[in-house]
Amino acid sequence: MDLTELAEEVGTSGPITIAGLATRGGPVDGVRAVMAPSGIDWVKTEEMTVQCGAGTPVAELDAALAAHGQAVAIPPTGTVGGALAVGQSGLRRLGYGPLRDTLLQARYVDAAGRIVKAGGPTVKNVTGFDLCRLLVGSRGTLGFVGEVLLRTRPRARFEQWFVSSADPWDLLARLYRPTSVLWDGQRTWVLLEGHADDVRSQAEATGLAIGDPPELPTGGRWSLPPSELANVRGTGRFVAEIGVGIVHHELPAPPREVDPAVVELHRRIKHEFDPEGRLNPGVDVLAAV
Amino acid sequence: MGTLVDDLRAALGTERVRSGPTELSLYRRDASNMAGATEVVCLPASTAEVQACVHIAHRHGTPFVPRGSGTGLSGGAVPLDGAVVIATSKMDRVLSVDHVNRQAWVQPGVLNLDLSRQLAHLGVHFAPDPSSQQTCSIGGNVANNSGGPHCLAEGVTASHVLAVRVVLPDGTLTTLGGEDPEPTGYDLRGVFVGSEGMLGIATEICVRLTQNPPAVETMLMDFATVDDGAATVSGIIASGIVPAAVEMMDQLCLGAVEAYIHAGLPVDAAAALLVEVVGLPEGLRADVERIVAIAEQHHVRSVRVAADEAERMLLWKGRKSAFGAIARIKPNYYLHDTVVPRSKLPEVLAQVYDIARRHDLQVLNVFHAGDGNLHPLLVYDAREPGATERVHHAGAEIVQASVAAGGVLSGEHGIGLEKRDYMSLMFSDVDLAAQDALRRAFDPDRLANPCKVLPSPASCGEITQLGHLPEGTWV
Repeated sequence: MDLTELAEEVGTSGPITIAGLATRGGPVDGVRAVMAPSGIDWVKTEEMTVQCGAGTPVAELDAALAAHGQAVAIPPTGTVGGALAVGQSGLRRLGYGPLRDTLLQARYVDAAGRIVKAGGPTVKNVTGFDLCRLLVGSRGTLGFVGEVLLRTRPRARFEQWFVSSADPWDLLARLYRPTSVLWDGQRTWVLLEGHADDVRSQAEATGLAIGDPPELPTGGRWSLPPSELANVRGTGRFVAEIGVGIVHHELPAPPREVDPAVVELHRRIKHEFDPEGRLNPGVDVLAAV
Repeated sequence: MGTLVDDLRAALGTERVRSGPTELSLYRRDASNMAGATEVVCLPASTAEVQACVHIAHRHGTPFVPRGSGTGLSGGAVPLDGAVVIATSKMDRVLSVDHVNRQAWVQPGVLNLDLSRQLAHLGVHFAPDPSSQQTCSIGGNVANNSGGPHCLAEGVTASHVLAVRVVLPDGTLTTLGGEDPEPTGYDLRGVFVGSEGMLGIATEICVRLTQNPPAVETMLMDFATVDDGAATVSGIIASGIVPAAVEMMDQLCLGAVEAYIHAGLPVDAAAALLVEVVGLPEGLRADVERIVAIAEQHHVRSVRVAADEAERMLLWKGRKSAFGAIARIKPNYYLHDTVVPRSKLPEVLAQVYDIARRHDLQVLNVFHAGDGNLHPLLVYDAREPGATERVHHAGAEIVQASVAAGGVLSGEHGIGLEKRDYMSLMFSDVDLAAQDALRRAFDPDRLANPCKVLPSPASCGEITQLGHLPEGTWV
């Protein structure tokens, strides 16, 4: 992806924001906006990697990967860059790991309008400080991602959602690598993937019935240690991701305190990367979402 | 304020603050061929003691270097410029285990394999399994973002660390990440993993544990050419199978290992692949069939499927003892670590053989073929005049060839000292400045292992290059 235009538009001074498909809050109001390029550069099935512009809709990426029998652990809405900037994983995190583990390499435009490369092109890489880790979830406050290189995985041969009234932790203990286990305080839903015969035997052995996954409440997204999920019962309507700790709740998440030392690190990092505070001004990754 | 050593003794007692010549000589090295120098080694036994050591170093303006088991191969734990060594080997307890949610808090001095052994009864293990796992520590795994053969399917250490309790370079104690999946703010836990001791010292680590698979199949396949083996690996991945591990050994390696462990390995093969798949029975059966079919498409000469756990362990022993076996060929070796795209493996391997030949050296190749992580092993005799120089030149060419093929400088060993001055092969000045900006945010005073990873101002670090690797090194 050619990022020279993006870099020129970002320029070297003045407040600037970045826009995707506005599915995750959208750009900062009243500030000049840029957009990252869109389009798939290549898919390399035998490397399990794909490279695309950060402005590419996730749906387009999914379709391109599906044609090669591959998938990527990015939730299905908006743009690839938007999903990475916000950093929230989808429902398959239990089975496939968090979104942040998908970003292998990124080229971004920094606050000085320069194109910077973070990470590396291979699935195995320990070369220097991993700035891709800093970018995921940074909400555009440290740099505007223009191009990404992602880790893909093969699509499962077969998948099926099941429902049960069994204890979700009992299922978590007995099933081998379920892709997702959801619980609303009474019912448990399980997504199993793999060879169809294996899926059926696991389901039979644990008394699961075929059933559609639940609708998720959208009032708030809570993040709890998975060991505390049992306490969510009685707090309102919710669907919890067992073994992970995300709770899709009808109520907004309770506020959380952040250690002052962590706040200080955030201040220093922001100052190093964007001393004038021109990137997505007013966006504070530590503020309640 | 007393001297540095006095202050450290006041904080830890005399027993765990060492400054005798024998010990200093041991701690000046890691498992690489580089050595530095230090005046004092501390062995804290708690988070509070680690904090005290760092505070004291900070007060005296002295750099410090964290050390796990000292098994690193890139000089990451080598003390430079009078750095205080803060060794975490006394902090070796598993603190708590949540077997329901498969997480545990451990101290940094817990040894990698010990952790998995201690948790085996719960049906889980810690997935990163470097070949040094009998000796390396979890803290070291965090610092180096360690890999290992089973990281192909499972991911490297960063995917298995949820949180770290860290003493920052100014002595402040904090927690990065959390047991919860989306801690507020930047992924500071993620940048800490793989930061090679330059952003602080981890004193407690929350690790993710992986379910032991219900079934395993391990196969050894041999080929008449390296190309056939490499093409088989690409074919397997392209077909949608991600084995738990795919390891390749070339002919010289097979010969050395067979002489050592007598497992009936195919010593006349140009290359052998050790492929392991795990999971549920039907999927496993289908995977094995498909893998063998792909291997046959690429002219596999024979396929040996381990009949039982004992045979599986023997095949793995062969792979993991590749190092010990090498001493039979020449007394010294230099182990390299680069990654190339899988599809470029045959091309880069051919270049590696050519580079070795032009420098009149023998090279063995053992590597994590599944993710393109190459470990060319140059064997030589350091007593031979000029041999060490030829080894270094050959090494530089190997690194350059790997990066030129679209690879990276290091898959597992980290940059440390060894590849610090190669960073510009992969990163521009602007890229490196961004990495330095992150480091500055954590360590404005440049006291945490300051001369590693990033190319430094000229004032940084006098090192000694040793002629040979210490005994017991692994690949």
